[in-house]
Amino acid sequence: MLIHRVIPCLLLSPSRGGLVKTTRFAKPKYVGDPINAVKIFNEKEVDELTVLDIDATREGRGPDFGAIEELASECFMPLCYGGGIRTAEDAFRLFSLGVEKVALQSAALRNPSLIREIADRAGEQAVVVSIDVKRGWTGRSQLYSYSGVAAGADWRAAIRAAVEHGAGEILLNAVDRDGTLAGPDLALIREASQIADVPLIAIGGISSLGDVKAATDAGASAVAAGAFFVFHGPHRAVLITYPRYEELRGLWSSAA
Amino acid sequence: MDVTIIDCGIGNIKSVQRMFEAADGEAEIVNRPEQLAGARRLVLPGVGAFDAGMSALGEGWIEPLRDLALERKIPVLGICLGMQLLCRRSEEGELPGLGWIEADVRQIDTGGEAGLKLPHMGWAVVNPTGPNPLIPTDEGEQRFYHVHRYRAVCDRDENVLATADYGRPFTTAVHHENIFGVQFHPEKSHRFGLALMRRFLSLPC
Repeated sequence: MLIHRVIPCLLLSPSRGGLVKTTRFAKPKYVGDPINAVKIFNEKEVDELTVLDIDATREGRGPDFGAIEELASECFMPLCYGGGIRTAEDAFRLFSLGVEKVALQSAALRNPSLIREIADRAGEQAVVVSIDVKRGWTGRSQLYSYSGVAAGADWRAAIRAAVEHGAGEILLNAVDRDGTLAGPDLALIREASQIADVPLIAIGGISSLGDVKAATDAGASAVAAGAFFVFHGPHRAVLITYPRYEELRGLWSSAA
Repeated sequence: MDVTIIDCGIGNIKSVQRMFEAADGEAEIVNRPEQLAGARRLVLPGVGAFDAGMSALGEGWIEPLRDLALERKIPVLGICLGMQLLCRRSEEGELPGLGWIEADVRQIDTGGEAGLKLPHMGWAVVNPTGPNPLIPTDEGEQRFYHVHRYRAVCDRDENVLATADYGRPFTTAVHHENIFGVQFHPEKSHRFGLALMRRFLSLPC
């Protein structure tokens, strides 16, 4: 039986003093201290953890290596970091601090050969390329970019280019679902997983274990979520949770 | 020092050191072959390509490692690419491996099952083939984090320590006398990895 990975995705915003959760990539709400959250997720034995610094690129700075090393030292599971990585040296420094994977976005869109440069030394499995997709009012989907690089471009071509240049994984973000708990964009996942012949991590809209199952049924190799793991109840009280292993295993064993 | 971790630029060694420390072991990282003298237990971590790994070991590491592993017979643990380097050769590269385990490294065979992409990335239940010093047979399900495109294929069943499944069963841990190799990442496998590190630390040296 295959056990798909279920990955909490934490958004780091140093300018707001810690972790935040966004809605459709806007309206960041403070949700707590990063180290504390990582410790809790470690105790809950999460499959993997993704931490994205959403300020770095916008502020034109690189990763906060000191803070990341502190986070990594609390992770006895794989850790993926993204945000402000501009050069292969940035990535290698992150690996030396105990990060397993780097997530690239703006830098990879600007210069796809960066993916290969990192993958050649650290292996393709260490390079995740993050593809954000937003639907317009007509429902047509296009590449969304926080930093403006390649915004509006064809996301399908962006996935193909990333895999061709050596990405070991694609993090597919449905921007319109971010923080909404409205369920995953299954049509998007279905199409993207056909295009990417490397593992696809789907993120955006997950609100239940049923959503997790629906996303993997649609072709995602793994599912990531933010709000689902940090909010509780209709008033969005901050509460860090993660399903028990037996619950997750039950999702996929029943389908076999 | 309880454990000496080899850093020849091919792995995320910091996480390995942290897990040994969490298991109450003293672990040193060495980045020059001459620092191997006096090692009591050896860990060969590694990620990346097979030839890149063997080229890195070719920078003066192979002879001192051979002496420790095959003559002095101290406990050795290869992790991920480190395990593959213990084998004779790999489909992924041209260079010969260390050849301490009678096995070849081949690409994963998923049996064509739909939806199983490579690399295999994620947790898998690991089933020991029998009682062994590293993975318990009587403490419930053991699961470990895997990231790989290749796996060891042993000549003889006696060198297979454990198997896992990705479409089809594959060998995920190998052993021969004092030499052990695991395809998965114990340093990233929560309490299961911690327990494996503890067991490796308790191997007589």
